[in-house]
Amino acid sequence: MTMPPQSSVVVPAVTTSRLRKTFGSLVAVESLDLEIERGEVFGLLGPNGSGKTTTIRMLTGLMPPTSGEATVVGYDVRRESEAIRRNIGYMSQKFGLYSDLTVAENIRFYAGVYGLMGAEREGRMAELMEELGLAEREDQLAGTLSGGWKQRLALACATAHRPAMLFLDEPTAGVDPAARRRFWEIIYLLASKGTTILVTTHYMDEAERCQRLAFLSRGHLIGVGTGQQILEQFKMPSIEDVFIELQRRDEGAAA
Amino acid sequence: MTVIGRLRRASFWPMLRKEFIEMRRDRFTLAMLIGIPAIQLVLFGYAVQTDVRNVPTVVLDESRTSQSRRLVDMMANTRNFRVVGHAANREEVREAIERGDAAAAIIIPPEFVSDLKRGRGAQAQVIVDAADPLSSQAAISAATLAGVRSGAELSPRPVPTAAPAVEVRVRPWYNPEGRNSPYIVPGIIGILLTMTMVSITGAAIVRERERGTLEQLVVTPIGKTSLMLGKTIPFAVVGYLQVTVILMLGKLLFDVPMRGSLVLLYVLIAPFIIASLGMGLFISAVTKTQIQAMQLSFFFIMPNILLSGFIFPRSAMPEPAQWVGAALPLTYFLTVMRSVLLKGVEFADVWREALVLTGFAVLLVGLSVRKFSKTVE
Repeated sequence: MTMPPQSSVVVPAVTTSRLRKTFGSLVAVESLDLEIERGEVFGLLGPNGSGKTTTIRMLTGLMPPTSGEATVVGYDVRRESEAIRRNIGYMSQKFGLYSDLTVAENIRFYAGVYGLMGAEREGRMAELMEELGLAEREDQLAGTLSGGWKQRLALACATAHRPAMLFLDEPTAGVDPAARRRFWEIIYLLASKGTTILVTTHYMDEAERCQRLAFLSRGHLIGVGTGQQILEQFKMPSIEDVFIELQRRDEGAAA
Repeated sequence: MTVIGRLRRASFWPMLRKEFIEMRRDRFTLAMLIGIPAIQLVLFGYAVQTDVRNVPTVVLDESRTSQSRRLVDMMANTRNFRVVGHAANREEVREAIERGDAAAAIIIPPEFVSDLKRGRGAQAQVIVDAADPLSSQAAISAATLAGVRSGAELSPRPVPTAAPAVEVRVRPWYNPEGRNSPYIVPGIIGILLTMTMVSITGAAIVRERERGTLEQLVVTPIGKTSLMLGKTIPFAVVGYLQVTVILMLGKLLFDVPMRGSLVLLYVLIAPFIIASLGMGLFISAVTKTQIQAMQLSFFFIMPNILLSGFIFPRSAMPEPAQWVGAALPLTYFLTVMRSVLLKGVEFADVWREALVLTGFAVLLVGLSVRKFSKTVE
């Protein structure tokens, strides 16, 4: 497994300190302090525009932070982004698949990009196909797959190199409930093997599947903890109520 | 690690392989890559003829001698004139041109033969409908040429050397028949490479941005260089294929002469292809959608067609237009192609152009590498 050398010592999967991102006068993320433990399934929640995607993009090295510090699997996001890239997987809302390539070709391509070659690559491909049940669709063009299959293929591509940490940005948007359930089973399987998972979602049932949650509102972190802790903090009967209350507040502030 | 080992492990291979698979499956792009060369060659080679042939012509032969008939034959043989009728008098000539039955007239006066015999310089008149300047220009030059040639042939004794104080000889080199097609083929190669390398490459990268696959690639360890190499090498290969197809079709359909070294030609294509790929990469770096990329590359291709000397000679352009032309890689590439293909020159004769092209390649690739960032902002 491609683990950084620091993994023997207990280094959190993610640490951020006063992490900040601005686009001109717009503040997307403000003074974010966050810590995610190894092997945790961590949910990042918040209305649209609350800074979830920007946070993920800073942590994956897609965007440099304006100020503040962050480490991912022990590496600094600013100075060691290449090391981070070797050790993380990322799955975006768009899935990032090549529609003119078959299922097998997509996996082979991403495995190759992650440096897997020859027999090692073919072996890993067979393993992924088996684990994710993609074998029956091996030669189908990715563009003709349904949402659920696309999602599974995207997950196969993002985990081809057995990353220590997986970032999932709204991975289940536009996917039917049965496929979503199957997807979460796989996520838990990965977590049980030690993979840290950071997931953003709009679905409340998914939020409740996370071990810990963080709520973002207009770039500010306003609550972190288990689902139960969040409910106590906001004095709300359900996560959904917290979410709706936040959205109402954000929209009120924007108007 | 050995060079071969390094090359085998280079991270652009998966990219390269993927790019070829995509190219093969994307029927539209494939059609563009293969269809455009064929259509352009036929369009420019056959339809767009700037050399004017078969101008309908009436003849008024008042001399009615073997010499006058010989002159008419010679002019018709240039194939610029096509004799459509004979007029009995000048009034009929005028009517034929006014009705549009004819666009030119050859008038040989009664004293033609007697003047010729006296060595006085016999005169024949060519009337041209100058409403269409292009046709008339061609007809005038063809007539002048026929006149010069026939002068020596028809005259029974040598023309006195002192007679013409200034002798103007029209001698078309390299393309003695004044045919357009051999000249246009090197141009088509240049335009085509510009289109493929700039617009299709630009769009191919922007498409990855649009579909979210670029974002996906950016979070992988693949290097910027590998990404760009893997993305552009397939198009360079396609470029060379296009050149080969056009050269073969040009030889087959238009009998384009290949006087120079093909090896030299293929070597000199490389800096132009690299410069154009650099331009394509630059366009992809500054645009967000495929439509924007297409529009921007079209904006770049227009001056290439108009100002590079592809259709219109640059020497005839106003100075500012020449300056713009001088800033386009295609301008130098056309000189190289025409020189090597039609004139058969050596490297020593085109090294300046080759150097300028290499300069463009370094500049454009350098600029786009700087501009192409592995972040998504």
